[in-house]
Amino acid sequence: MKEIFSIALGAILVNNFIFAQFLGICPFMGVSKKIDTAIGMGVAVTFVMGLASAFTWLANEYLLVPLNLAYMQTVAFILIIAALVQFVEMFLQKSLPALYTALGIYLPLITTNCAVLGVALLNVQNGYNFIESVVYGITGGLGFLLAIVLFASIRERLVFADPPKAFEGFPIALVTAGLMALAFMGFSGANVFG
Amino acid sequence: MNIVFAILVLSILGAIFAVILAVASIVFAVKTDPRLPEIVDALPGANCGGCGYAGCSDCAGHILDGSAPVNACPVGGAASAEKIAAIMGVEASSAEKEVAFVRCNGGTAAKKRFEYRGVLDCVSATKVAAGPLECGFGCLGFGSCVTACQFDAMHIAANGCAVVDPVKCTDCMACATACPRKLIISVPVSKKVHVACINQDKGKVAMSVCANSCIGCGLCEKECKKDAIHVTNNVAAIDYAKCINCKMCTKVCPRDCILPIATPEEKEKYKAVKKAQADKAKAAAEAAAAAQTAAPAPNA
Repeated sequence: MKEIFSIALGAILVNNFIFAQFLGICPFMGVSKKIDTAIGMGVAVTFVMGLASAFTWLANEYLLVPLNLAYMQTVAFILIIAALVQFVEMFLQKSLPALYTALGIYLPLITTNCAVLGVALLNVQNGYNFIESVVYGITGGLGFLLAIVLFASIRERLVFADPPKAFEGFPIALVTAGLMALAFMGFSGANVFG
Repeated sequence: MNIVFAILVLSILGAIFAVILAVASIVFAVKTDPRLPEIVDALPGANCGGCGYAGCSDCAGHILDGSAPVNACPVGGAASAEKIAAIMGVEASSAEKEVAFVRCNGGTAAKKRFEYRGVLDCVSATKVAAGPLECGFGCLGFGSCVTACQFDAMHIAANGCAVVDPVKCTDCMACATACPRKLIISVPVSKKVHVACINQDKGKVAMSVCANSCIGCGLCEKECKKDAIHVTNNVAAIDYAKCINCKMCTKVCPRDCILPIATPEEKEKYKAVKKAQADKAKAAAEAAAAAQTAAPAPNA
């Protein structure tokens, strides 16, 4: 239990996917103009990362490792994640239309989100078991959610700022993201259980 | 051998997923309105977000459920609106075309405070002691709007003021964003009468800074039969919903700041007509007054 909690805290704060590992920067910059859409994206990423962790762990443990194909992880995981997201999209559209419309275009966008592939590969690298993998996936997603919502709320205010012409839009957003990453470095020493 | 094995395993994996997805697409098939793909086809498909929705298919969904008008796509314009209207079985509401209009006709008539010799664009010019013009509202004529226009619809006229070519203008309003003085607004293309001044100074000041400035005298307001022009904040403004292009206001404007500017002959003619009308009215009033004084006499 202590392990699980330490993984969760690490994924959300210390090794935040955005600010410490720089994974999933594309959607982080792309859909962070409004808090509403940022929350939608964050929830969708959390959902897919949790699922992807589970499925890729199973595929790795019971397919790739026994067949001595561990070196094909990256390719196999991309395949699995892409198929999984497509399947989930169809399933949600039929069974849970409300959730489907809420996630909207973000769900298919996540197919190629590197944070999702990253979490799958990191699970293997860190030698997590099934439960740990799923926890790492979900909490990694929550970390993404936290980062993107914080960032979106700053960007909503940035609109009213008056930066020099050359810094308008993305440049000032990148500077902001850099400063936030710097702030998150404050967590890097945190080690709850010694 | 190892390579073949790897290719084989991944191919099989891919094939399994393909089958699962194919089955899923049948099992989880959702009945969508057949008009939806048609509307998506009629849209430009650039997913630019110009309509305010997340991409063309989202826009199509909103058109379908009626929460967006058939002409929701500003990029596709009238052509795609007509197609979508045909699909939806409604008439495309022919929203009137609007064009940009520069609310200044000062140019060389505006007094200069100093000769500006800096970077030749309007924003830079306004940064130097609030611009070279005495008028704090007028067109600087350095052509930031001309640069911003993608359609060659914006030019600096002979008098040094920016003007819009309504034929080429697409109402994208890039010029309005570029103009540091916020002089450019969107006006209905059928309306021909415009107040070409936004100087909010009091009459005396406004008069001193430019020969073509609106001084807020209110003659146009009195002249208008349709209640379409009003002086607010010392400057006249036209309510385009009420204006009928009668051009009465242009003829009484002492400052020639309402476009199209009336020629002196037109003004003279109008004055003569007004005078004749006034004389007639006066004569009638006198006659009535005479009758009034004559009438009570028998009763007394």
